[in-house]
Amino acid sequence: MRNPLSDKVVTIKPSGIRKFFDIASEMKDVISLGVGEPDFDTPWHVRDEGIYSLEKGRTFYTSNSGLKELREEISHYLERRYQLRYDPLHEILVTVGGSEGIDLALRAMLNPGDEVLIPEPCYVSYLPCVVLADGVPVTIELKEENQFRLTKEALLEKITDKTKLLVLPFPNNPTGAVLRREDLEAIAEVVIEKDLFVLSDEIYSELTYGEDHVSIASLPGMWERTLTINGFSKSYAMTGWRLGYICGPQEIVAQMTKIHQFAIMCAPTTAQYAAVEALKNGDGDVAMMREAYNQRRRFLMHEFERMGLKCFEPFGAFYVFPSIKEFGLSSDEFAMRLLEEEHVAVVPGTAFGECGEGFLRISYAYSIEALKAALERIERFIGRLRAQG
Amino acid sequence: MREQILTFLEKNSKIDLQELAIMLGSSEAVIANEVAKMEEEKVICGYHTLIDWEKTSSEKITALIEVRVTPQRGQGFDSIAERIYNYPEVQSLYLISGAYDLLVILQGKTLREVSSFVSDKLSTLDSVLSTATHFILKKYKDYGTILGKQAKDERMLVTP
Repeated sequence: MRNPLSDKVVTIKPSGIRKFFDIASEMKDVISLGVGEPDFDTPWHVRDEGIYSLEKGRTFYTSNSGLKELREEISHYLERRYQLRYDPLHEILVTVGGSEGIDLALRAMLNPGDEVLIPEPCYVSYLPCVVLADGVPVTIELKEENQFRLTKEALLEKITDKTKLLVLPFPNNPTGAVLRREDLEAIAEVVIEKDLFVLSDEIYSELTYGEDHVSIASLPGMWERTLTINGFSKSYAMTGWRLGYICGPQEIVAQMTKIHQFAIMCAPTTAQYAAVEALKNGDGDVAMMREAYNQRRRFLMHEFERMGLKCFEPFGAFYVFPSIKEFGLSSDEFAMRLLEEEHVAVVPGTAFGECGEGFLRISYAYSIEALKAALERIERFIGRLRAQG
Repeated sequence: MREQILTFLEKNSKIDLQELAIMLGSSEAVIANEVAKMEEEKVICGYHTLIDWEKTSSEKITALIEVRVTPQRGQGFDSIAERIYNYPEVQSLYLISGAYDLLVILQGKTLREVSSFVSDKLSTLDSVLSTATHFILKKYKDYGTILGKQAKDERMLVTP
């Protein structure tokens, strides 16, 4: 029989998270801090709107780009929150989660051999999606001493004449790092000078705990070079609804819409109606959740300090990224032993790129009670490691 | 700050003040001081426990009683309200807008106890015009807490 598979797909490595999931799923009393989604339920008024849309029989396709009412609400929201102006008719595409937007953007923009800069550690999708789109991923190592920010120098170092696109995933999963306006201005300068484009994944934009998030597309000269991804999963606790959006110049959005039209047709209709309600009346929910995450973040940072576990202070998303270098174990070994010995699931930093070695991703999308119980076990574990020397 | 402290205490009056201070980015002394002041000013009027009595063997019955009254000259509703709330079996008493004036929440051991309170004590007050008694059959949610349901984390254990 002939080889049924595509060579390109076969080269792609499965996510490193899988084996932790498999082992943790077999354990009875496991406490997980390994989840990349909010612990809150979707606000009831949003769920209610989804139910109502089903009762009304709104069970058909929407237009390829998404409900017009939703695109208008997205347009208002982006202007209100981030001073971004997108025409709802031609510059906004509603997608199946932010993830679809990543895939669409890369497929619509890359020609074979085009290089895409990906700062790491980062979310697991960018690299394989670049490969699938025939691009060449080029990673940029983000460093703890820079608070895992992308610097102008690190960026310049990796730019070649084949570089076309920079992925900008901030606030960042897994590090929790954010970029300030001045960081973005320095990056924008390079992007414009080198004639690059930016794919800015801002799915965690509502979850910042210092200054408000700044969208790079709002900087002078950047709108026409940027695709902005955002969505409902993190800000409104709507992961399972699978709804996001991507915005940018009409020229690119039109091509992405073509792929979306043939591959997906349209984002889920029920989710789109619920999302309209979220944007219209969900500001209070977002503020409540942000405050709760911030409280847990402070609590975790305090506890790590007390335990003497080195951790830079993150100001975004809902992750902390402590260093475990003092224990002389790899991230993978540390996480595996923590799971086996204390039944606490965390994700090794290496799941988000090789330079995540020496770090762990710990999610605080958990109740304080769950965090406390997990920290007690972690403290016991590192106490044992230290005693063994 | 006060509002944040109260939001926590309203949900969990047993919260450790040091922990609360960490979560609010403040110090324990500041929080403790603020709580003491609010207790003194009667902003914080007490610390209660939310109990699902249905899970215990003790028999309790709760009634909501709508009361229409004639307000008294110079006193409005306050004096009749005082006569009613002084009964220890009255749990809560609210002045209400709409079709009736006062809402009495009454807790008793038996149906008879509640009905005798209404007929002997409440209805016989001079300014009471009429009453309507509703018994609570089941409490689904009380003070913002859903009773009898255990929250379960339905998320997958590890996700990117």
